[in-house]
Amino acid sequence: MIKLKINGRDVSIDAEPDTPLLWAIRDEVGLTGTKFGCGIGMCGACTVHVGGRATRSCITPLSAVDGTEITTIEGLDVTHSHPVQVAWRDLQVPQCGYCQPGQIMQAAALLSDIPNPTDDDIDSVMTGNLCRCMTYPRIRQAVRQAAAAKQEV
Amino acid sequence: MKKIIKFIKKWLTVVFVVLVVGVVGFAIYAYEPSIELMPAGSQPNFEPEVIERGRLMAAAGNCASCHTAAGGPPYAGNYAMPTDFGTIFSTNITPDRELGIGGWSPAAFLRAMRSGVDREGNHLYPAFPYNHYAKMTEADIVSIYAYIMTQVEPAQVAQKPNQLPFPFNQRYLQAGWKLVSVDLKPYQNDPQQSAVWNRGAYLVEGVTHCGACHTPRNVIGAEQNDKKFAGAAVDGWSAPALTADNESSLPWTATDYSTYLKTGATRLHGVAAGPMAPVVHAGLQKLPDDELQAMGVYLADLSGNGLTEAAANDIIEASLDQNKPRQSYRWDTGERLYATACAACHYNVKQIAEGRPDLGINSAVHLHQPDNLIQVVLDGLDNESGITGVVMPGFRDALNDQEVALIVGYLRATRTDKKPWPELTKKVSEIRDLYP
Repeated sequence: MIKLKINGRDVSIDAEPDTPLLWAIRDEVGLTGTKFGCGIGMCGACTVHVGGRATRSCITPLSAVDGTEITTIEGLDVTHSHPVQVAWRDLQVPQCGYCQPGQIMQAAALLSDIPNPTDDDIDSVMTGNLCRCMTYPRIRQAVRQAAAAKQEV
Repeated sequence: MKKIIKFIKKWLTVVFVVLVVGVVGFAIYAYEPSIELMPAGSQPNFEPEVIERGRLMAAAGNCASCHTAAGGPPYAGNYAMPTDFGTIFSTNITPDRELGIGGWSPAAFLRAMRSGVDREGNHLYPAFPYNHYAKMTEADIVSIYAYIMTQVEPAQVAQKPNQLPFPFNQRYLQAGWKLVSVDLKPYQNDPQQSAVWNRGAYLVEGVTHCGACHTPRNVIGAEQNDKKFAGAAVDGWSAPALTADNESSLPWTATDYSTYLKTGATRLHGVAAGPMAPVVHAGLQKLPDDELQAMGVYLADLSGNGLTEAAANDIIEASLDQNKPRQSYRWDTGERLYATACAACHYNVKQIAEGRPDLGINSAVHLHQPDNLIQVVLDGLDNESGITGVVMPGFRDALNDQEVALIVGYLRATRTDKKPWPELTKKVSEIRDLYP
């Protein structure tokens, strides 16, 4: 039995220790906002926060996260109004939307570490999050806008 | 004192006389008589071959492009031509007797085409490229006349007034412009050149008026003869040089030119776009192949024809080579994998965060052996290792031996001054098998 906290809620999961965290989040806990993309940690669609760090949940086994605190897209903000989410809505960033929960989680982690990122910072941190619809220019713009909004608060 | 006044009076008189003589002389020079309207129904008859010749010449000259407004009847004018001096509207050259040129005699038409003077004796603006039409034979000019008078539908369309400020709206001043700006002599064959070359030159210099766009103009709007075909700006497009100064990587051959003028494109150079599109598609492509080939021969001679086929092939191959993925793109696989798999977490700006090792100073990257780094890349760090609460996923099932080796080798090469780890792929394979 693996115990962890997801979005502030204690969760016990009875599954094989090598089960990917992503499966547990989607199938055991039932939070389907986090997406399965490549399955090898190369696209970023499955990004969640483990201890505040952006982490690819598709290649992170349950055994590794026993006792950690995990945040998914559903728990980023109770009213879904994290500055990143606001900027995302404002600029209509998504196109097909599939990669966007991962993009938003990565961007939120980026801004908590680097409150005022340069375009280079954004590019180097966000490069691992792929978007087949090529929404990158809007993503970059939204990260800048969210950074500005966070500074004002 | 009296002497000085007398002196001034004398010189004022001289200046005045010179001025009067000048103005009167210019007026005499600028004066062109009106040519009588032809009585209705007195048009000469034209042979069908003459009319057909006229159709081709009118196409080659692209008359319709400038003498037709968007959506307006063909040849009825009012096409706006913005110039540096103001906007000029083209005239109605349909055979309408009242508003077109239906009452013009062949002699009046010839004078307009060769001297830029209308039937009533007004000087025409050089937006009408009569300096080129002046190169044409009388027979060719009259054939256009025959075509217009017999094949073009008369249209009752009045010309919009030109928007030209003083003094450009004074048409008699155009006579002075002609005096300094244009050569109105008919085309003379160059006996040194072949008949085909001369035919091409006759068309290019004359009816097709290529120089009207491809020759730069001076401050008074005249083609600069010392920079003939040197290229010019036209309506926000570049009309490229037709001389040896043409910037194309591959010089144009005669066949390139004739193909382009026939189809609107060459396989190697590009397409007729912008203002050149109607020149080809509404005009030149109607010309018979031998006329286009003649133009090609002349134009290719202008632009030098400078490359051997082998040299041209080298340029083409070099260009094709640029299309292949660059080798460096392959060499940088390690860097790309790092950016995708690692940099999303291993980023630090200004200072290094707890639990986020900066790989340039992390010990694992600097050790004599790569084992530790490979181990962590393969199997990550769980909550029991390193800092509690933070984990790193392993890439054992995500990356193959070579990919792990590329990332590890990339970090060693770019983040340290240590010598490269040897046989990394083999090493990754061994460690992978050691602790499956």
